[in-house]
Parts: sequence; C-alpha cells; structure tokens
Amino acid sequence: MNMPAAPNGPKKLSLKENYALLTRGLGWDTSYEDMDKAFPLDKFEGIRIHDWEKWEDPFRLTMDAYWKYQGEKERKLYAIVDAFQQNNGQFNVVDARYINTLKLFLTGVSPLEYAAHRGFAMAGRNFRGTSARIACQMQAIDELRHAQTQAHTISQYNKFFNGLHDPGHMHDRVWYLSVPKSYFEDAMTAGPFEFVTAISFSFEYVLTNLLFMPFMSGAAYNGDMATVTFGFSAQSDESRHMTLGLEVVKFILEQDPANIPIVQRWLDKWFWRGYRLLGLVSMMMDYMLPRRVMSWAEAWEMYFEQNGGALFNDLARYGIRMPKYHDVASMEKHRLSHEVWGIFYNYTHAAAFHTWVPEQAEMEWLASKYPETFDRLYRPRLEYWRAQQEQGKRFYNPTLPMLCQTCQIPMGFTEPDDPTKICYRESDYRDNKFHFCSDGCKDIFDNEPEKYVQSWLPVHQIYQGNCFRPGVDPTAPGFDPLAEVLLYYGYHVGEDGGEYLDSPDRRNWEQWTGKPAVAT
Amino acid sequence: MSVNAITPDYTGEIKDRVENFHGQQLIYIGWEDHLMYCAPLCIPVLPSLPFGTLRDQIIPKLYELHPDMAKVDWNEVVWLRSGQPFTPDPEKSLVDNGLGHKAVIRFRTPGLTGIGGSCS
Repeated sequence: MNMPAAPNGPKKLSLKENYALLTRGLGWDTSYEDMDKAFPLDKFEGIRIHDWEKWEDPFRLTMDAYWKYQGEKERKLYAIVDAFQQNNGQFNVVDARYINTLKLFLTGVSPLEYAAHRGFAMAGRNFRGTSARIACQMQAIDELRHAQTQAHTISQYNKFFNGLHDPGHMHDRVWYLSVPKSYFEDAMTAGPFEFVTAISFSFEYVLTNLLFMPFMSGAAYNGDMATVTFGFSAQSDESRHMTLGLEVVKFILEQDPANIPIVQRWLDKWFWRGYRLLGLVSMMMDYMLPRRVMSWAEAWEMYFEQNGGALFNDLARYGIRMPKYHDVASMEKHRLSHEVWGIFYNYTHAAAFHTWVPEQAEMEWLASKYPETFDRLYRPRLEYWRAQQEQGKRFYNPTLPMLCQTCQIPMGFTEPDDPTKICYRESDYRDNKFHFCSDGCKDIFDNEPEKYVQSWLPVHQIYQGNCFRPGVDPTAPGFDPLAEVLLYYGYHVGEDGGEYLDSPDRRNWEQWTGKPAVAT
Repeated sequence: MSVNAITPDYTGEIKDRVENFHGQQLIYIGWEDHLMYCAPLCIPVLPSLPFGTLRDQIIPKLYELHPDMAKVDWNEVVWLRSGQPFTPDPEKSLVDNGLGHKAVIRFRTPGLTGIGGSCS
C-alpha cells in the first residue's frame, strides 16, 4: 500500500456543505442534448426563470438527515398504533357517528396524499433546478408516507365499522369522491409550475389549516387517539411543505415581472377550487363531529380571513392581490356546511357513510353559531326530516342531481346575496351548454374550456351507462341501474350508506360497547 | 387561449355530447324556493317528449315527497329557461320549446315557499 491514510480519517462534511453538494454539486447541464429536450415541460406555461440558483430551501434537509427523522417518527407512530389496537381504542370514541368523519377522510383525503406523491414526483422530474427537484422528491416521499400511515392507522376501524373497506376503488368511481379526485387531477395535468402553485402554495400554505386542524382537533375532542397520532406524525412534514409553498411562489414572482399575472390567475383558480373542496370539511365540523371543536364560520374567520389576509398583505409588494371571490367565500360562511349536509342527507343512500338529523342540543349549538341563518333557513327542514323519519318515511332523494362542470359538486350552493336561491351559471362552448355552481367555477371553465369539457361527471356517466360492473346486462328484465351503480362503486349495499340510526354500525356499537348510539 | 397545453391547438373530447346518451338527452329541473331537494335534478328524456308530459306526469313524480307539491296550481307556475322567463307550449316537444340537450328549466310556484316558509 503506497497510499498514505488520511491522518484523521475521511473528512466529515458540515450540514451546509452536505446540502450544497446535494442540491448544486449533483446537478449538471446536458451537453449531447438540448436542455429544453431534457426538461420539456417547464416553459410552456409561460413562467420565466432566469436563475435557478436563487431557489432557497429554508430547511436545507439532506438525505441522511431526512431518513433519520422520518424513521424516528415511524417508530413512534407504529408503537402507538399497536397499543391502540391491543386496547380496542376504536371503542373509546364518543359515539359511532364520529366514525363517519374517518370514512370521509380515508376515501376522500388519503387518496389525495397518494396523488400528491405522484404529483410531486412528476414535478421533481420536470424542474431543471436541482434544489427544486430535491425539495419535490422529499415531499413526494412524505406524501407516500402519509397515505400509508393513514391507511394503516384507520385499518383498525375497518375491522369494526362499515364503509372503510376499499378507499382506492371508491375514490376512482364514487360520485362525491370525484370532487377531491378531479381537484387533484386538474393540478397534475397542468404544468409543473401550476402544480406547485396549486398544491404547495394554495393548498398547503393557504388552506391546509382548514383541513388538518378540524380533523385532528376533532379526533382529539372525540376520543380518537389513533388519528391524533398520525396527525402529529405528519405535522412536521406539513410545516416543511407549507414553508416550501411560500418559497415557491416568492421565487417565481421574483424571477420575472411577466410571471405575476400568470401566478395571480392560478391563485384565483386554486383558491376557489380548494375552497369548494373544503365544503366537505365544513359539514364535518358542524354536523359530523359529536363533540364540536369550533364552527366552520369561526374556522374560516381565523384561518382564512385573519391569517390569509395577513399573508396576502405580505404578498402585495410583489403585485399580488387577494384571490378573486374570497369575499364570496366569506359571504357563504354562514350557510356552507348546512347546504353541504343537505346534499349528503339527500343522497346518503348512495354514499359510503351515514348521515342523520342533529339532536336538539346540537341544533341549539348550530343556532348559537349561525344566528342569522340556522333557525330561519335550516332548522325547519331538519325538524321536518326528523318528523318524517319518526313516521318511518326517512327522506331520500331518488333522482340524481345536476352537477357543476368544474367542481363536480351537486348544484346545492346559493346566490352570494340570497341563501334561498340556487346559484345557476352557464356557458355555451362548441355548441354545448355547461353549467356551474358559482362565478368562481365558471371563470375557471371559461379560461380553459378545452380542459373542462372533458370532466368525468358521475351523474352523466351513470346515464351514459358507464358505471356498471363488467359483464352486467343493462337490457335484462328488471335491471335496476341505480342499484347496479352501488355495486360498481364497491359498496356493501345495506351496510355502507343510508341513515345512521338504521345502520348496522349503530346496532353493533350499542351491542359491543353498551354505550348509546348518540352521545348526549 | 382555450387551454394551456404543451401541444399547440390542443382540443378536448366533450364527454357529454348528446350522441353519448343512446337517443336521449339530459334536462335539468329546479324548483325555486324548495331546497329540501338540495339541488336541481338531472334526468334523461327523449327529445320528442311533449312539454305537457314533463309538466303533468314527470315533475310531480320527481318532487312527490315534498309537502308543497300537492298544492301546486300549475296554471300559476312561472317557468324559466336558462334563467329567463318563458311560456312553454305543452303540446310541443322539449326541443321545439327550445329545451335541447343540457337545458335547464326552473319553475316558481307563487304562494309556496317551502317548509315553514323557509324556502326548503
């Protein structure tokens, strides 16, 4: 051996050097091929980037540190999940109505974590700046971890409650799950800059508190320690994602003034799309949590009007204003949850979770939180529904609803200035009519009609005959198309949907726990 | 620009063209001030369906669970087509009444304002 050993062993890099090598030293410019051919998707959106070196990742996380932190979090989470399972923690929740929030989460939100994993993997491939690629790669892995930890944690509930058995299958087919699914696919089919503006900024930074705070605090208030635990396990990732979201937008805005109007249009669009998606959260907060944390209106005021307002004040120096129609969202805050719960009460026989009429004490809470609207507009129909139910005539709407072409939600939203009138908007395009629930959704269509004429609207797909299982003959005598659709959705018919008080979940709960079906 | 796409002159397939509905067309129906039925309804119908049949046989059946439906005076009903008042001819087909594929028709029933006057 004629090579002298280094006197003090190999040199250990500082974190800063390590990060610099990872995000700068590992990158190179292609020489055999044009860089535009290696990165074909990062220019067509019109975003101009002059200097990728200006991208700052505030966390400067390196791969070895990343694996170490995530590994520790996994160990803690799974230790608690084990203990939860061994102690039958699923029976410690307030009552079995609460489980329906988990059904909504597992079928509506967890598949979005997986979609985010795919989206960030694609964005990471498509940016030519190395540090942007690294940040997207780490977030892609985070999102996959979140999808997994949620599935593993909630799987314990699947052993005891209905509607949790196949979230992936349902997410791709069920009518109300087309709302979150189409939201994310809209982002993924845009270019990489719109994707990160939509998901990292508009969703993770501006709106995520309105999703995770209600679910995780709701879980804590209602005795669901398993969900609290996966929430905590994801929290430090989420704060990293939020910070990334803000950095992304500032980076794009600082690179070229021509980027400003493009980003503003994306902020307008993705604010409205995210807000419409959060309608599901509003009904969860006001109607589905047996022990309520705060009302939707209060959450909107705190997390959007105050925090979001401060954020957009901060962005004003870049020439960015508040997202269009934020004022409409604020006007709707006293009615949103009631309208969305009305939709699901109408169509719960076609949903994979249960609905119910709130108890009198719960109606008092709603009246106190919504003094301008609840007693006048919503209590009368809830009491009518309850009276009908007591006569054995629980109301289900037997006819499929009209959907919004953009957000795909049944057209149950009302005029901004009149909560008693359905809001109808329409556009004519290529000799066809298209309908929308709001000016926000109409604007999104009118900006890119060639994209949204392709919307897979569940109601229309059912009427076209595209929502039956393979091999089923729709011309057979006695064929019931709507019953067949539920089988196509993968439901266990008679167990998964419908009225809570009539459900096997309710009977099982009473039998197994000895606790009342509806906590008082 | 009708879409921001990688491919120039990109066009999308219109998923809900009338040709995809096996000879039928869609029509949307909304009853003003009766939001117990949470959203307008969507049904497939033959384009040749007379408006009178829609009014006399189909609509009352769609809304039969609402306590106001039995009280409707159909001579007093105000009809809206794409939000504009119009007077349908009950003898003519939907198409001849200007109600093509994905038309939206709303009706107001004067004096009826839903459960307990709540517009539900």
